[in-house]
Amino acid sequence: MKKQKHVLLSGPYLFWTAAFIIIPLLMIVYYGLTDTSGAFTLSNIAQMGTPERLKALWLSLLLSLIATGICLVMAYPLALILTGTKVNATGFIVTIFIIPMWMNSLLRILAWQTLLERNGVINVALRFLHLPELRIINTPYAIALGMIYDFLPFMLLPIYNALEKIDQNVINAAYDLGANRFQTFWKVIFPLTVPGMISGITMVFVPALTTFVISDFLGGSKVLLIGNVIERQFTQVGDWNVGSGMSLVLMVFILISMAVMQHYDKSGGEQVVL
Amino acid sequence: MSNRLIDMQHITKSFDGQTVLDDFNLYIRENEFLTLLGPSGCGKTTILRILGGFEKPDKGRVIFDGKDITDLAANKRQLNTVFQKYALFSHMTIAENIAFGLKIRKKSEEYIQDKIRYALKLVNLEGFEKRMPDSLSGGQQQRIAIARAIVNEPKVLLLDEPLGALDLKMRQDMQYELIRLKNELGITFIYVTHDQEEALTMSDTIVVMNQGYIQQIGTPEDIYNEPQNAFVADFIGDSNILGGIMIQDKLVEILGMRFDCVDSGFGSNNPVDVVIRPEDVKLFSIPDNEGPGSAEYEDAAARAAKLNPGRLEGVVTHLIFKGVHYEMTVEAAGFEWLVHSTRMFPVGGRVFMTMDPFNIQIMNKPESDDEKALEFETI
Amino acid sequence: MKKFLSRLYLAFIFILLYAPIAVLIIFSFNNSKTRAKWGGWTLKWYFAMFRDQAIMSALRNTLTIAVLSALISTLLGLTAAISLNAMKKNRRTVVLSALNIPMLNAEIVTGISLMLLFIAAGQLLSHMGLGVEFGFWTVLIGHITFNLPYTVLSILPKLRQINISTYEAALDLGASRFLAFRKVILPDIMPGVLSGFLLAFTLSLDDFVITHFVKGPGFDTLSTKIYTEVRKGIKPEMYALSTLIFASVLLLLLILNHLPGSEKKA
Repeated sequence: MKKQKHVLLSGPYLFWTAAFIIIPLLMIVYYGLTDTSGAFTLSNIAQMGTPERLKALWLSLLLSLIATGICLVMAYPLALILTGTKVNATGFIVTIFIIPMWMNSLLRILAWQTLLERNGVINVALRFLHLPELRIINTPYAIALGMIYDFLPFMLLPIYNALEKIDQNVINAAYDLGANRFQTFWKVIFPLTVPGMISGITMVFVPALTTFVISDFLGGSKVLLIGNVIERQFTQVGDWNVGSGMSLVLMVFILISMAVMQHYDKSGGEQVVL
Repeated sequence: MSNRLIDMQHITKSFDGQTVLDDFNLYIRENEFLTLLGPSGCGKTTILRILGGFEKPDKGRVIFDGKDITDLAANKRQLNTVFQKYALFSHMTIAENIAFGLKIRKKSEEYIQDKIRYALKLVNLEGFEKRMPDSLSGGQQQRIAIARAIVNEPKVLLLDEPLGALDLKMRQDMQYELIRLKNELGITFIYVTHDQEEALTMSDTIVVMNQGYIQQIGTPEDIYNEPQNAFVADFIGDSNILGGIMIQDKLVEILGMRFDCVDSGFGSNNPVDVVIRPEDVKLFSIPDNEGPGSAEYEDAAARAAKLNPGRLEGVVTHLIFKGVHYEMTVEAAGFEWLVHSTRMFPVGGRVFMTMDPFNIQIMNKPESDDEKALEFETI
Repeated sequence: MKKFLSRLYLAFIFILLYAPIAVLIIFSFNNSKTRAKWGGWTLKWYFAMFRDQAIMSALRNTLTIAVLSALISTLLGLTAAISLNAMKKNRRTVVLSALNIPMLNAEIVTGISLMLLFIAAGQLLSHMGLGVEFGFWTVLIGHITFNLPYTVLSILPKLRQINISTYEAALDLGASRFLAFRKVILPDIMPGVLSGFLLAFTLSLDDFVITHFVKGPGFDTLSTKIYTEVRKGIKPEMYALSTLIFASVLLLLLILNHLPGSEKKA
């Protein structure tokens, strides 16, 4: 009897999952592998091969890897510091990283334009201090900065969670068995946070790889990322087949990173939610 | 004392203004199985953490093997700890866990493999090298935690409530296991627990603690049979603890009745605490509707008098069968006595009760001012 | 020294996080119409924004979509969590993975896929004389879809902690299934339900990418409005509105945190 009830309950969301998650993805596959007449073709995927698009893809991969790397390097010590502060760190961390999210994300990235402009806030300050100016607006550097800014919390939270979960006695046990601080960190603490790092890496890498807003705002439409190329295919060119074909290429990279995450993250991604 | 291995001198420690240990002194001999026993918050774990090097005392010294180790870091000490919830490294195999300390000390691969085999054999978990900690039961994880500690050949093994998370049966098995390990290794065990049965079963020496002060140090037999104060008596096993008056040597008045006892040196007409174990209270059934003067009544009284001239008359109010014995409460002279007996006395039945003089334990009443060590919560 | 360094690092991160926000808030008080120069303090944009029909309509759309999508995805997530909880492990893993796709996948791909679905559905329905109009409903469906995994993952762990015996005890004591659920299960999972709702609301409020692909012309949320305005220059009213939303949410959080018995947070 009870089982029956639950099967009834599962109806609505199973329908939703099928109709609005699975089928739409299959549509991309369909459009990506057919031409306008509906015949099978690989030419949409081959469209990715033009020098301009390859350059965009290459730049996207490069920038997202750099941004992910810098996020990791920045977030890890931050997470360590926050775990070390005993004063209700969880409340503090949630507050400090969630509050900015209540400001519209597009405006926040736009604000970096204002900060980085030739006569922006940062350069005014640098000039005042007689330091060299920062001329990175409309360059890939500005885009990387935007990515780091926007996605840093996604790296921080899983690492922080992983660190928080480590029993203090496990760390004490390492000391007890003769390890110094350095050995304790590299042999015990660091390996135990690997799942958190992997999950952080995926959560930064995928959105960084596929963004078109950050490059639009901070690249000044001079620097194109693969996200911009695909977005324009749909909203300006209107060629869904080619757009879908390129999306398929993009999805290969996303799938690789998801596969990596599945492989390492045994908790099934449940800690993604705060 | 030449064989003092550890000497804790005048240790004081407080957390957030709360004094946990105040001028605490204790020495531990070589090859001793010493148990720190007390309720939670009595400071026993703090002592272990100070010994392990995870806390620094505010004042006082820790002398180990003649050397002052008070300021020595945890990783430099010749002691190893077995933590409460095992604290195994979940990302390493069992073999890697055990090898951890040896690798840090840069032992040869051959030596490490030998040690792993030896340690796993010692804790009866041969063949577990490749397993991950998560795939082991609580008891098995505990054995690995012990194995991980002992391969480093520490002079002292510190055990922080190591059996607390195990179920009763497993706990009892592990108690025998620990005694065996202790004997085979020939090293000092310092064991922290709040479980008096564990302490009585395994220890050479028990240190009973309360609120940061030592209440009594002694062998399990001493502690059980001759508790020095009401706290110890109450904490170790079940007891009847009553106020009494020491009339003279070997004569104590309890609940208005004078009983022979064997203790002396408490002065005359002095108030004392009296402890009587439930199994030491003897009952003599009084047949229904029989009053003083009837033959059967007098017969029961006479049998009681053979044990002790003093006796109380009471009524059984509760009765529970406990397997080996019956547990009863008997109301006599306004006091609820806890009584264990292999014979059953029905609820509502009248009884005489008395005790062998030898089993009446007299203790000084704690004097709050000058005898700090006897401070205890109101019982 | 070490403490000083970590303080310094925290300060650096804090500036990095809050500099853009400070800039936005300051510009909402800028008397000059362009960001390029500072024209003194003013509150005029805070009044002007209420007279701007386009901004007000985008605000209405944003709030309506956020509330509705959060509500529906929470309800849907609740039913999903209950039935997932009753499922065998293997089945649950499969369903959960499917459900999690929008969370792990790139937003642009989710947006495009939904757009293609709506176009195809429109073509299919046009044979029957019906159509799919891009606008409120397509955006709502899009938002529910990407909210769903978050609500499920907020509720499911709470549900798994529950001791089923309490539910059975309620039944044993004569409660109906519905009553037992309402009185026994629901209070226990309420923190998860609430945090799922809040998370969904926040995500929906802030979403741009998916809305961008499924909104169609003539329908705007605040995010899409900002995106189209960027080229011609953002109206200062937009800074004012965002500052106002930011401030009210902050105030709401402060009040919620200081209410008695609100220790258990998301």
